[in-house]
Amino acid sequence: MGESVHAVTTLPTARPPGCPFDPPAELTEAQRHGPISRFTHFGGNPGWLITGYDLVRAVLADPRFSSRRELMNVVDYPLPPAPPGEFLLTDEPQHGRYRKPLVGRFTVRRMRLLTERVEQITTACLDAMEEAGPPADLVTSFAKPIPAIVICELLGVPYEDRGAFQEQIDAFVGGETDENKLLAAYTATQDYLAELVAAKRADPTDDVLSELTGSDLTDEELRGVALVLLAAGLDTTANMLSLGTFALLENPAQLAALRADPALADRAVEELLRYLSVAKSFMRTALEDVELGGRTIEAGTTVVLSYHTANRDPGRFADPHTLDIRRQSTGHLAFGHGIHQCLGQQLARVELRVALPALIGRFPTLRLAVPAGEVDLRPETADVYGVRSLPVAWDTEPS
Amino acid sequence: MSRPRLRVDRERCIGAGMCALTAPEVFDQDPDDGRVLLLRAEPPTALHAAARLAAGVCPSGAVTLDEPESGGV
Repeated sequence: MGESVHAVTTLPTARPPGCPFDPPAELTEAQRHGPISRFTHFGGNPGWLITGYDLVRAVLADPRFSSRRELMNVVDYPLPPAPPGEFLLTDEPQHGRYRKPLVGRFTVRRMRLLTERVEQITTACLDAMEEAGPPADLVTSFAKPIPAIVICELLGVPYEDRGAFQEQIDAFVGGETDENKLLAAYTATQDYLAELVAAKRADPTDDVLSELTGSDLTDEELRGVALVLLAAGLDTTANMLSLGTFALLENPAQLAALRADPALADRAVEELLRYLSVAKSFMRTALEDVELGGRTIEAGTTVVLSYHTANRDPGRFADPHTLDIRRQSTGHLAFGHGIHQCLGQQLARVELRVALPALIGRFPTLRLAVPAGEVDLRPETADVYGVRSLPVAWDTEPS
Repeated sequence: MSRPRLRVDRERCIGAGMCALTAPEVFDQDPDDGRVLLLRAEPPTALHAAARLAAGVCPSGAVTLDEPESGGV
């Protein structure tokens, strides 16, 4: 490594033109200089940007790095601690207190039991698309409803109520920048969830939220947990479904291979997770001085971990910018690593594993209905990347 | 001849399920608390690669694989 340290000032706001699936050029460039770069946070606070696979993984596994929001040293005013229950922004032991009662509900076996139900929901969505005929917006007809119905059923949220939170959740993970709108969206969701938690406590049904009312979590904490599960369950998989379809359509040989051999589905899902990494980056703050990649991360300094760039690290994945559904992608960091690794990952796998092959199997001539360059992408500032809409078309049977 | 031997630490385990996903013949998850259950501490040769991969991807470092010193598995 050279003497000088590569520096990146503020997170890039755009992807390379014509490359909607690749990390911003500034991040790929930073990685070329080495796995760790100097970084200036949003508020001018000095920090570090980590783009190398090994170092991102090491930080995620290291308890000397904190997830607590109030410790994030990124703006020139103090950030409040996470609201009760929002366990992504906590450390042990609080994190375990929230997560432990949930873990048994999200095991590989339990999620696989949902396969048949996910197939039914997917079939219903595809039937409706076929009946309405082309063109269709894949986001509203397929990518959003499938995970939304699944997570609502799992948590015990009436699907008819989703209007009370789906748009709001879109706002606070989709890159909405108007602070008043963000606050209104957050408050509305909290109000809805408070009512829901009270209803479950009064009249428990067979679902995750009702079961949690039997734990030692308070109503306020349950509301926070429910918000995390809903936001994660609704948005991340929806974006993987829509962006994943877009990526397959732009890589026709890969699409054809998956269509011809559904046995490739497991590997294809892992590879799409690696390649797209829709949850692009997370932050951690050093609790003490930590030596990392030949640098010293001083106590109190916040590091940005670029999952997307780490998953494109040529030192870990050969030819990393190529989508190759046959490759062994296991070990990717799309779900994170360490104690915060995604709780819902096995659910996401089942949803993707069922829905993507079903879609391309149902519509052998599926294609974009607009030029690829005109697809409406979320801004790079969004926490979760994806498309806002994906107009698609297909040939119908001659009647 | 000694074979690679697996150990699991249920206290460290966070129940992410990566081991049960990667090597289902070797690992399972407790249906109540979601934490790791070791089905075969000394898996047969055919399962070594999967067991090694599972140990490598465990997010919490709860799976350890002790390889025999002579190697050659």
